[in-house]
Amino acid sequence: MTTLPASAPGHRSGARGTDGPAHRAGDPSRRMGAVFVSGYVVLLLAFGVLPTVYAVWLSISNSRGQLVGLGNFIRTFADYRFLSAFGHVLLYLVIWLGTLMGLVVGLALMLHGRMRRTSAALRFLYYIPGALAGVASVLLWLIMLDPAASPAGWLLRAFGWETLAQVIAPDHLPALFTVIAFWTGAGGWIVIMYAALNNIPDEVLEAARIDGAGVVQTALRIQLPLLRKWIAYMLILAFAAGTQLFVEPQLVSTVSWGMISDSWSPNQLSYLYAFQAGDFHGAAALAVNLMVVGLACASVVVFRAGLFERD
Amino acid sequence: MSTNDSKRTRRAALTAVLACAALAAAACGSADPGAGAAEPRAAAAFTPAPQETGGEILVWADATRVPAVEQYQKAHPDAKIKIVTYSGNANGANDLQTKVQLFDRTGSGWPDVAFSTTFGDVAWASAGGAQGRQPYAAPVNRGVIDKSVLDGFATGALDPCTVGGDVYCVRNDLAQNVLWYNKKLMADFGYEVPTTWEEYRALGEKVAKEHPGYLVGTAGDPWAPEVYFWASQCPASTLTAPKKVTVDLGGDKCTRMATLVDSLIATGSISKESVFGAGFIKEKADKILMLPGPSWYGQVLFASTFKTPDKQIAAASPLKFSAEPTNYTGNVGGGVWFISSHSKNLKAAADLVTWVTTSNDYQATAGTYPAFKQAATAWLEKQKESGYFAEDVSAVFTEAAGLVWPGWSATQYSQEAIYASTVVPALNEGKTITSVLETWETAIKNKAASLGYTVESP
Repeated sequence: MTTLPASAPGHRSGARGTDGPAHRAGDPSRRMGAVFVSGYVVLLLAFGVLPTVYAVWLSISNSRGQLVGLGNFIRTFADYRFLSAFGHVLLYLVIWLGTLMGLVVGLALMLHGRMRRTSAALRFLYYIPGALAGVASVLLWLIMLDPAASPAGWLLRAFGWETLAQVIAPDHLPALFTVIAFWTGAGGWIVIMYAALNNIPDEVLEAARIDGAGVVQTALRIQLPLLRKWIAYMLILAFAAGTQLFVEPQLVSTVSWGMISDSWSPNQLSYLYAFQAGDFHGAAALAVNLMVVGLACASVVVFRAGLFERD
Repeated sequence: MSTNDSKRTRRAALTAVLACAALAAAACGSADPGAGAAEPRAAAAFTPAPQETGGEILVWADATRVPAVEQYQKAHPDAKIKIVTYSGNANGANDLQTKVQLFDRTGSGWPDVAFSTTFGDVAWASAGGAQGRQPYAAPVNRGVIDKSVLDGFATGALDPCTVGGDVYCVRNDLAQNVLWYNKKLMADFGYEVPTTWEEYRALGEKVAKEHPGYLVGTAGDPWAPEVYFWASQCPASTLTAPKKVTVDLGGDKCTRMATLVDSLIATGSISKESVFGAGFIKEKADKILMLPGPSWYGQVLFASTFKTPDKQIAAASPLKFSAEPTNYTGNVGGGVWFISSHSKNLKAAADLVTWVTTSNDYQATAGTYPAFKQAATAWLEKQKESGYFAEDVSAVFTEAAGLVWPGWSATQYSQEAIYASTVVPALNEGKTITSVLETWETAIKNKAASLGYTVESP
């Protein structure tokens, strides 16, 4: 019979098993952990899980409380605004996620590798716009994008845009929202990626260098694979935020005196269902659609990137 | 992927499909949101809440109207009022309806009095909600406000508030269109003020040639359809029953105006921008020779926003087509006051609404033309005293107040928002209004249908 060393995983597992639940419950550090987590759990249940369950119930029922199956979903799929709203957001996501992934990772690698002396100042500079609340940053950009008021008006005129209406033409919106979102949110991600790069042991990078890997090889074969989970994490959160687009088109619509459709994004369409048509069930169906898409994409990323696997 | 994984995935997909099929099969009710909604209640069914005399009333008003409520409070120190400042539903905002939908669900919180800049709000405020909920607005002619007060409003002023013979709001001001012009510039250029749309077009073309850069109008404002197409009697939306609407932008009365505006946009004498755009104010405000627009343009636009000097701006009668016997005007806004049918202080609410809409103390000094006849007379007198206009605008304003074409109905959807999101981007892409008339019509029909209207062709 083989005797497992004391440090072997199986042995530790066995030891936990013999300690039993009574011992675990009595462990002060575990109790403290449960206390810390409980606040989050309560808030999650109150403002996350319960509203979600309520939304799912609304989406499969009608105003008389009868079950209608997928009726509300079918009705909203047939809405003349459905495809355009989801199409707008899809296009925005493609541009936004592509730009975010490429530029954030690229800038973080550059700051970490080539610009270590100035990286602290640059990271701080990138981070500052994130301090502005979402609405404030959109308002700021609406001034920046008006050739008559913007300090960069000359640049806009160079593109042939003389008025705000020409700048915020419906076709330009996915790209403009990407610029706004990148300016507001990317700085925080660069800081996080930089911290993640710092976690890669110097010995590993040193070994790669000794093996003849250049900057690009090191980035592609060492750093990016080790950043995989962080990139996946960023992807999931940015995707979730992107599908929830509401403030930006709503504000742009207001300042352009309605030039942008009030159902530009799915969330706006859901808002119209609830508060213009008084149809909370249709609104819930649209919201559930977004949740299902978000959960499906997040699941793919989580499992593909092994986000929940322990190293 | 291993065989086991593949089996698991297939099993999960099958389960999901079966779950969806079961869910679809389990349906026992209709998903049509209109199926459970009650027909708009007859006013006879209006049942006031138990009254609590002396309690506080909650008033929602926009920043422009808050001083009116404060002035009432000053004149009535015993009145208990809580004021909430909100958007007033301006620029396509939807706050009041949004909140009322929520109050309907929670059964409390409705403001006793609410001001709205959009008389289209009457459409939903006068209709019962799902499950037979009482409409938000009280029929004020049912013993809430004296008939003698309601009779004092300008002819037709309360028409947009009237549904099924009952009055669901009280009009604050009128927004009849006139032809604004710069008297000094017209004299300098040696032009006569036009009286017909044909003369207006000819002058616009002349201006483009002789004084390029000067403007005779704008088409980039959301309210451009209310200025041009309403005046042309274009039936963009005509209600034939509470939830039935006729939409027809293909007729002559629409195309004649589309062609006219297109031709002047092409020459450059009608701008594609909005009069409130920062660029327009900075670069074009002093280039306005003529501007068909609402009565509130005088003080709000020319005096406050454009800072056009005194004694330059004058108003002429709304234009007419030479083939028509009468000139008509559209109506750009004109705020309304609602009294909540759920109010426990109907008397206090009615007293406030009566005062702010009829009192010379407030209305005579307001920025916009009062809907109450007596206050309008006092208001016009004040305009004369202000010495801002180049000529007395009284006769023109009074004439235009009675010329609003009645064929354009107040609907739950905003004509302004649909024009702004459909036609304005097309104009900025270099297209003409005529080329997008069909798209515009489809957008109106789609929006109407999405809000439960039955759309009929003429």
